[in-house]
Amino acid sequence: MIATEIETYQDQHAAFQTGSSPDWLVALRQRGLDAFTRLGLPTRKLEDWRFTNVSSLTKTAYDAGTNGLTAGDTASSEAIAEASDLLQQASLDEDYHRLVFINGRYNEKLSQIHDVNSGVVIDTLANALSNRPGEVQQQLESELDFNDSAFAALNTAFVGDGAIIDVPEGVTLDRPVHLVFLSTGSGRTLSNPRNLIRIGKGGKANVIESFMGHGDSYFTNAITQVTLADSAELDHHKLQHEQVGALHISTTGVDQKASSRFRSHYFSFGASIARNELDCLLDGENIETTLNGLYMPTGDQLMDCRTRIDHAMPHCNSYELYKGILDDKAKGVFNGKIFVREDAQKTDAKQSNQALLLSDDAVVNTKPQLEIYADDVRCTHGATIGELEEDALYYLRARGVPADLARQILIFAFANDVVQGVELPAVRRHLESVLLDGHDLSEDIL
Amino acid sequence: MLEIKNLHARAEDNEILKGVNLQVRPGEIHAIMGPNGSGKSTLSHIIAGREDYEVTEGEILYNGKDLLDMDIEERAAEGVFLAFQYPVEIAGVSNKYFLRTAMNSVRKYHDEAPIKRKEFLALLKENLEKLGMDKVMMDRSVNEDFSGGEKKRNEILQMAMLQPTLAVLDETDSGLDIDALKIVADGVNALRSPERATIVVTHYQRLLDYIVPDHVHVLAGGKIVRSGDKSLAFELEEKGYGFLQEEAVAT
Repeated sequence: MIATEIETYQDQHAAFQTGSSPDWLVALRQRGLDAFTRLGLPTRKLEDWRFTNVSSLTKTAYDAGTNGLTAGDTASSEAIAEASDLLQQASLDEDYHRLVFINGRYNEKLSQIHDVNSGVVIDTLANALSNRPGEVQQQLESELDFNDSAFAALNTAFVGDGAIIDVPEGVTLDRPVHLVFLSTGSGRTLSNPRNLIRIGKGGKANVIESFMGHGDSYFTNAITQVTLADSAELDHHKLQHEQVGALHISTTGVDQKASSRFRSHYFSFGASIARNELDCLLDGENIETTLNGLYMPTGDQLMDCRTRIDHAMPHCNSYELYKGILDDKAKGVFNGKIFVREDAQKTDAKQSNQALLLSDDAVVNTKPQLEIYADDVRCTHGATIGELEEDALYYLRARGVPADLARQILIFAFANDVVQGVELPAVRRHLESVLLDGHDLSEDIL
Repeated sequence: MLEIKNLHARAEDNEILKGVNLQVRPGEIHAIMGPNGSGKSTLSHIIAGREDYEVTEGEILYNGKDLLDMDIEERAAEGVFLAFQYPVEIAGVSNKYFLRTAMNSVRKYHDEAPIKRKEFLALLKENLEKLGMDKVMMDRSVNEDFSGGEKKRNEILQMAMLQPTLAVLDETDSGLDIDALKIVADGVNALRSPERATIVVTHYQRLLDYIVPDHVHVLAGGKIVRSGDKSLAFELEEKGYGFLQEEAVAT
């Protein structure tokens, strides 16, 4: 990062801050910018960025959109046309609530919010900041530590829009909420969406985040903050389909209270560099946390998956399964941290990371990292790296299945347990069709 | 139907087949017998198309076409079926999906429409009953956690569903008890027709009590050293392979 880029963001930030925001928000954004300026963009000298070099993509500053954020439609008609086109590919089920963001800003025309149960809020952050900023202040200010993450700091510097999902105590959200983040135009657009998901006691919800774009030089820097009260349940899906050329950085922070259940389903297909961080704090007893992930880089793509599960209290279970399928010269990184604090007796933590290399040039760096300070716990982890089985390929072909389809079937079979962990049929079908791209999908594949 | 002429083949630097000649006509059942390491499995896999072997000399004609020039899947689509000695386990792919994909791939090759789900399930049910197999197995991954006998039956099930023109059974009898052997043999015999042919590769004469061959060949030292009718199998049972190996060395 050379000084001029910092200055570019500072200039953009100055223009951005001129809106009529509450003082605490102005101050928060300033703290974000200060932290970003102090930290600079990460270099490979940092342990957490050893395998992921973002310098080539971040040499030139991106355009964060300095017009100030207001609720409503600010996208141009070309952007909407492009976005509609992308939306067709992203579309999962018309029955879902759908919130569409173009270059980080909510677009009402393309969105569709059905009637909701009483007390449920499905809204945009921009709206909340304009009309009831007090409701989001605490979560924005207190729950994200951006002091050692330049990208989280950058997101905070430009925080202004995103989705808000509030499910009150005892309510089950009857329809999944689909958040669609689209980048349009050919410029170096930077989107900094910030999503807040809050599920009250015993509440339940399904959320899907999709990322797509046109153009090949944009940057999505997304943060989702999840809080689950006692016995709350959330299935969170992320479908990363960014355009090749794009930089995708995202962080999901999850704060779980007693007896809550969080299931993450992460699928990464697009972008030139995609880095996903998932931080879960298990702050209560009898919590269940499941993190499933599938990343499939090809060409020169790099996908960096990082998870952190912090067992702070006793009697919690965490299950983690990440699978990578790497082709061509693709690179993959898996870093799975599990902390078991002194108080977290009777913890059961399982982690498994498997990678399938389809080419001799593909590389995966995998690092399970377990730090256990309690003595009465069960923690297991395993990592495997391998190739497609020649025998299975031969067997399929010997029954008449063409080599190309046979390969797809075996890849599908490898990925299958991650895909089948998805309970929403439309999301599962979408993933199956991505995996069996170009081939007829038989309904009884299992 | 199948014409193997002076076939020489090797795996890495090891010459395994040293001039095999064999002619199989429609409607016939041929048994290829021989001691361990004589090249029986190699011959089976070369017919199916396994890429681990290099054919250094000779040719195989299948219905007049150059079989060695065809891809593995093309051979299968043209009606060649190998029942594996060691059926492969495929985690994450159900038997049902595997079977239907195989059938539809073959149909597609012949420009035919995919089989209707109902039709497929009816056919599957019928064949499962014939082979005494539990339909629950069809929802399990291909051959995963199947016993040896279940795997062999599963091979015969695939054969019954795919209705091949030329079936090659590679040591299908190994590891089967007598009841399972009979069921497998019934499956093979049910497929018998004037248009089809079967090659039964086996170490023991036992299976040939149930699948009665028209011709019996003895493969030893990479060559067919003796051919005859089914009485040859009884002779082998009596005398063992020793005397034939001596003949092979002498020639």
